[in-house]
Amino acid sequence: MSETGIGKPVRRREDIRFITGNGRYTADINRPGQVYAVFVRSPHAHARIRNIETTAAIAAPGVAGIFTGKDLEADRIGKLICGWMIHSKDGSPMNMGAHPALALDRVRYAGDHVAVVLADSVEQAKDAAELIAVDYEPLPAAVHLTEAQAASQPQIHEEAPNNTVYQWHLGDKAAVDAAFARAAHRTRLEFTNNRLIPNAIEPRAAVAEYDAASGGYTLYTTSQNPHVTRLVLSAFIGIAPENRLRVVAPDVGGGFGSKIFIYAEEVVCTWAARKIGRPVKWVADRSESFVADAHGRDHHTVAQAAMDAEGKILGLRVRTKANLGAYLSTFASSVPTYLYAPLLSGQYDVPAIYCEVDGVYTNTTPVDAYRGAGRPEATFVIERLVEVAAREMGIDPAEFRMRNFIRKFPHQTPVLSNYDVGNYPACMKVALESADHAGFAERKRTSTAKGKLRGLGFSAYIEACGIAPSTAIGALGAGVGLWESAEIRVNATGTVEVLTGTHAHGQGHETTLAQIVSERLGIPIDQVSVIHGDTDKVQMGMGTYGSRSAAVGGSAVVRALDKVVLKATRIAARCMEVPEDSVEFTDGVFSARGTNRTMKFAEVALQAYLAHKFDTAEIEPGLKESAFYDPTNFTFPSGVHIAEVEIDPETGNTRVERWTAVDDFGNLINPMIVEGQVHGGIAQGIGQALLERTVYDDTGQLLTASYMDYCMPRASDLPSFDVAMTNTPCPSNPLGVKGCGEAGAIAAPAALINAITNALGHEDIEMPATPGAVWRAVALRAEKRAAE
Amino acid sequence: MTAVSVTVNGKTVSAEIEPRTLLVQLLRDRLGLTGTHVGCDTSQCGACVVHVNGKAVKSCTMLALSCDGAKVTTIEGIGSPEMLHPMQRAFQDHHGLQCGFCTPGMIMSALDLVTRKGMKLDESTIRKELEGNLCRCTGYHNIVKAIGAGAQAMGAAELQAAE
Ligand code: FES
Ligand code: FES
Repeated sequence: MSETGIGKPVRRREDIRFITGNGRYTADINRPGQVYAVFVRSPHAHARIRNIETTAAIAAPGVAGIFTGKDLEADRIGKLICGWMIHSKDGSPMNMGAHPALALDRVRYAGDHVAVVLADSVEQAKDAAELIAVDYEPLPAAVHLTEAQAASQPQIHEEAPNNTVYQWHLGDKAAVDAAFARAAHRTRLEFTNNRLIPNAIEPRAAVAEYDAASGGYTLYTTSQNPHVTRLVLSAFIGIAPENRLRVVAPDVGGGFGSKIFIYAEEVVCTWAARKIGRPVKWVADRSESFVADAHGRDHHTVAQAAMDAEGKILGLRVRTKANLGAYLSTFASSVPTYLYAPLLSGQYDVPAIYCEVDGVYTNTTPVDAYRGAGRPEATFVIERLVEVAAREMGIDPAEFRMRNFIRKFPHQTPVLSNYDVGNYPACMKVALESADHAGFAERKRTSTAKGKLRGLGFSAYIEACGIAPSTAIGALGAGVGLWESAEIRVNATGTVEVLTGTHAHGQGHETTLAQIVSERLGIPIDQVSVIHGDTDKVQMGMGTYGSRSAAVGGSAVVRALDKVVLKATRIAARCMEVPEDSVEFTDGVFSARGTNRTMKFAEVALQAYLAHKFDTAEIEPGLKESAFYDPTNFTFPSGVHIAEVEIDPETGNTRVERWTAVDDFGNLINPMIVEGQVHGGIAQGIGQALLERTVYDDTGQLLTASYMDYCMPRASDLPSFDVAMTNTPCPSNPLGVKGCGEAGAIAAPAALINAITNALGHEDIEMPATPGAVWRAVALRAEKRAAE
Repeated sequence: MTAVSVTVNGKTVSAEIEPRTLLVQLLRDRLGLTGTHVGCDTSQCGACVVHVNGKAVKSCTMLALSCDGAKVTTIEGIGSPEMLHPMQRAFQDHHGLQCGFCTPGMIMSALDLVTRKGMKLDESTIRKELEGNLCRCTGYHNIVKAIGAGAQAMGAAELQAAE
């Protein structure tokens, strides 16, 4: 077994360039003669544009061009798209309003794109942007999710009456009604799943150039999926055919979903590069990122559970309004529907579920996938419901979960998902031990003695990663296939290049994918290079999101390796002059059974290119294979997280004292990287539950649009995490892996709110549980006690 | 345009700049030292941290002109792929980075922390002192470990050099 193979905590190879300052991010790229783009954005949440006066700005020093929506329209540039068609319960297609890259006659959120200024320097472009006079006629804005569908509210798009994009549902209403009718206990919760602003530390950026000689464009962009960007820019926006458009996503500084989407800025920069005949560079300011990157979450939900007398769940009823913002972003429609409701069964054997979701337009920044995308929202619903139900029924929350866990696999839920494998009780047992659950009562006594409130909360989450198969997804309305591609190029000296259609922006693919190759071909990892993120090198791919890269992308690598080994075996057999079926390949050596003949992988690679020892009419020279892998099912990682908090009732401050995560990701390729993914996810989940609050005022102004106002988790806000794993290998892909990128963000919010409400002794608290909110909740408890 | 002269990573460089030029702009745009990053516009993320005359500063919040005659060290001046600084190595060994965007600033802040607080750093000190550096990827867990280990390794290296 290779030291750099599967299962080893191999140090990341990409780190060397990052720790020495040699990373190459989009903002680090400069092209000769480039101009800088600055976008003029709407200061109003909703307004009609009467006129845009650019005369003074055009004459300003250094200005190379100013363009508005009319210029894009004149050049027949297409509008931004939403790539997932959702149908309402009545069968009608969703009501989608147009989304021009630069506004035409109306702006629909504060930050909406109105014009672009191109100048020799950023400062000149900013100065000129100040000189543009936009005559706005402000309109009333529909800002708040729970009010936006009222008849009295302003209409945001003509196409969507009552600002309703769709009224979707999933599950069996009659079965759920029957379950509630015969229930011994019913639990009801109403809550908001707070809007989050993704805030990858690298702001979005684009550098576009046009080569008149070849008629080709190159776009460097902060993308999680450059091939999808190219496809959309070609097929829908109409910038150029794919063969004349190269999209490169170089080093990307975090994405968390926000860099999946095809945004206005990329479209405008690419188009403008040809229009003015100079390369165009745009780098977002953080203030711009706050208003212009798609936000996440933002649900309002009423959830009910019906139980029998023993605490067995009989049915769930969920009613959610999902804020989609002012326009439908690239995958916005799918997040609160097919990425949400199919996970509502959680880890539990629930016979009946019915979920209704309204997708709602508001005059706010578009909302789309953010780490977890629908699954954290679903987990929050089910994990809050079971915790509260257990408390109400006087059953220990861990025991309540144990009673309801699914124990037989495969398991068909009433909401589409078919879980292939899992061992939920095993995970719970390990978690209870790691968290020293038995010692909690004692720790609580100690806290109480100090005048502090201590609480413990669970979250037993289920996740669905690597959305698949493509036929099924297509039937649900997806506009893309969700397979992945890989190509293995073996050089004559036996070194290997792996080309993958996934993209890494922190996940460490340059190491993990190389580990797969190192293991399979028995060669040292430094003989393997991983290439991704350039449409001129990798033919096609679907990119990285939804924790799909190992399960889908890694499996594509395995399939391509299968083909490499097969061909190499045939060549080795010819070279050793033995029958093909007598050749075995282990640890990098081909050996002929029953003989002492062997060949190293590199020797066979050389022979493949020399082509001296086999008939090229029978076997083609060379050693290069590719594969497109389409999984047969999602993978279903699961786990149990236990949060323990101590609250200071005087200040409302919540300290996360302990965090225990026990996750089942199936087989692990690189446990060090997997743990790192879990840490990052938990931090974002704690951020959601404790710190991150997005506030719009009644006129639609984003009040939390900087790091002064939006509370990002800092090192001192977080504890160290205790992370452990159980392992039930995934049967539906050749690596047996599941997916770990989002688990922490999915599990954490419910665990933390369950811990806080446990400490408070009541359920009346919303996310984020800021010190102010907790302090009020403590006061509420005191009031309730006094009243009793 | 005004002339400015700074010693960056041991080399003295002079440039004609607009008075409003920030130190980070001078480093990135004029000197091509793109290891120093920009992650915000309110002086809070710390992606831009460099050392000026031996002290950590946020280069997005300092005018280049105010560094006239100063000694500036950026991440590029700390170590190279062939000769990693112990703090850099600790970040790799402890998986203290994912996307790498916050990393140069983290390492520069970590070195400053060692200068100020020594080579024996406990977890709560490190967490408190990282107040000015945001990371969205790692949850800080491994950054904290890396800084503790890096500081210790620097201590060991110093001991060895002394012997
Ligand atoms: S860029 Fe300097 S603190 Fe954020
Ligand atoms: S490693 Fe990505 S922001 Fe820190």
